[in-house]
Amino acid sequence: MIAPKFRSADNLAPSFVVELSHFTGPLDLLLSLIRDEQLDIYDIPVARIAEQFLARISTLGLDEAADYLEMAARLLRIKAQMLLPRADGEEAWEDPRAELVRRLLEYQQMREVVDLLEHRGEGRRHQFPRRWVPPAADITPLNAPLSLSLGELLAAVDRVLRTTKEPALHEIIPRALDVGGAMLTVRAVLAMRRSARWSDLVGRDAEPWQILSVLLALLEMAKLGELRIAQHHAFASVEIHRDAVSEAA
Amino acid sequence: MTPLAKLLEAALFAAPRPIPMEALAALDVESSPAAVAAALDELREHYDIDGHGVELVEQGGGWQILTRAEFAEAIERAQVAVRPQRLSAAALETLAIIAYRQPIGRAEIEEIRGVAVGSVLKSLHERGLIDIVGRSEGVGRPLLYGTTSQFLEQFALRHLEELPRADELAIALRGAGNTAVVPE
Repeated sequence: MIAPKFRSADNLAPSFVVELSHFTGPLDLLLSLIRDEQLDIYDIPVARIAEQFLARISTLGLDEAADYLEMAARLLRIKAQMLLPRADGEEAWEDPRAELVRRLLEYQQMREVVDLLEHRGEGRRHQFPRRWVPPAADITPLNAPLSLSLGELLAAVDRVLRTTKEPALHEIIPRALDVGGAMLTVRAVLAMRRSARWSDLVGRDAEPWQILSVLLALLEMAKLGELRIAQHHAFASVEIHRDAVSEAA
Repeated sequence: MTPLAKLLEAALFAAPRPIPMEALAALDVESSPAAVAAALDELREHYDIDGHGVELVEQGGGWQILTRAEFAEAIERAQVAVRPQRLSAAALETLAIIAYRQPIGRAEIEEIRGVAVGSVLKSLHERGLIDIVGRSEGVGRPLLYGTTSQFLEQFALRHLEELPRADELAIALRGAGNTAVVPE
C-alpha cells in the first residue's frame, strides 16, 4: 500500500525531491506522517508508518537519501522487535519504540523554538540599524595586542594545516649488501679466465642480496674500467670481459 | 529632552552595534544608573509619542536605534539598505538547538535533527550567528558551538534567558526515561 500523498507517478524524480525538500529531515517527515494520520505519538503503529516512510523516500536520490535510509532502517528494526513474541508477565519488557518517541518529542520541542525564532527574526528583519562601520585599519595601532577569537584562531590553524602537504615519509631499511665481497669474487673469476657469464658469478640458489651485490659490483667495476659488460640481445646471457686496458696494465 | 537623554541619543546614533547598559552609564560619570535608565525611557517615549521614523530597542545585550518596520519596503526599494535573507528551515532548526544546548558539538546536533549539519553550521558561522566556543573533552576533541550577540540582535532578544525555558515549552519532555505507553 502506498501513502495517498505519494504523487510521483506523473512527475519524475526531480519534482519528488522538491516535495521532500519541504522536509528538513527524516524526523520532520515522520512527524508529518504521524500528524496526517492523526496518530498518537506514544503509540505509533510502526509497521504502517515504516511502510509509508519507505514509500515516501523510494525515489530519493542517493545523496539526500542517506539520512532518510538510516531512519528507515531504524523503523524496520523496531517493527521487527515489536513482532517478537514476549512472555506473559515479563516485566522487563521495554517498548522498542521508546527511543524513537523520545527523539520525536525532542524534535517537536525544538520545532517550537524554531517557530518562536522565526516570528522574532521576521519582525526584526524589517528594521535597519545604523550602518556605520569604523575604518578598522586606522583605529588599530600597529603594535596592538592580537585580538582573536578562539574560533578565528582554530579556523586559521585549519587553513594552514590544509595547505601544508603531508610530509613524505620513507622507511629506510639498512641494506645488507656486500658489494666489496662481490667485487673480490668477480676479480677472482676474471683472474682465471678472460670472460665470464652472469650465471658463472651468481649461483642458482643465490639470495636477492647476493644477486644485488654482484650486480652493483659489476657496475662499479665497469665504471672503474676493470671490465666490460655486453648483452647481445634482450634477455640474452650477460657476458663479462676483462677490460683490454686493465689487461694490458 | 534632558541633556542626558540627548547625550544617549548621540551615542546610540554613532554606534554600529547595540550599546550595553554599562557603556551607556560610562558616557556620563555624574549620572547614576537609575538616571540613565530614566533618560532611556525618556528617549524611547520621545520617539514613540512624538512620532519618529526610528525607535529605541533593547536587544542583543544592549540598546540600539532601529528604523521602524513600516518603512522597510520603501527603504529597500530605493536600495538604501537591504533586508537580510530569511534563514532556511534547516538553519533555524540548527540554530534553535545550539541556542538551547550550547556549548554543543556537531554530532549532538545531528543526533537531534537526524541529518548531517556540516554545511548549515558553516553558513551560520559565516553569518556570524554562531561561533566556536571551545572543544569538547570527548573523543576527537570536537568543536563546540554557541550563539553570538549577532544572533540575539537578529532575533530581537535582549539576552538568551529571554527564550522560554525548556520546561516552559508546550511539549515539555516527559523525563528522560522510557515514557512510551506499552500497548496491551
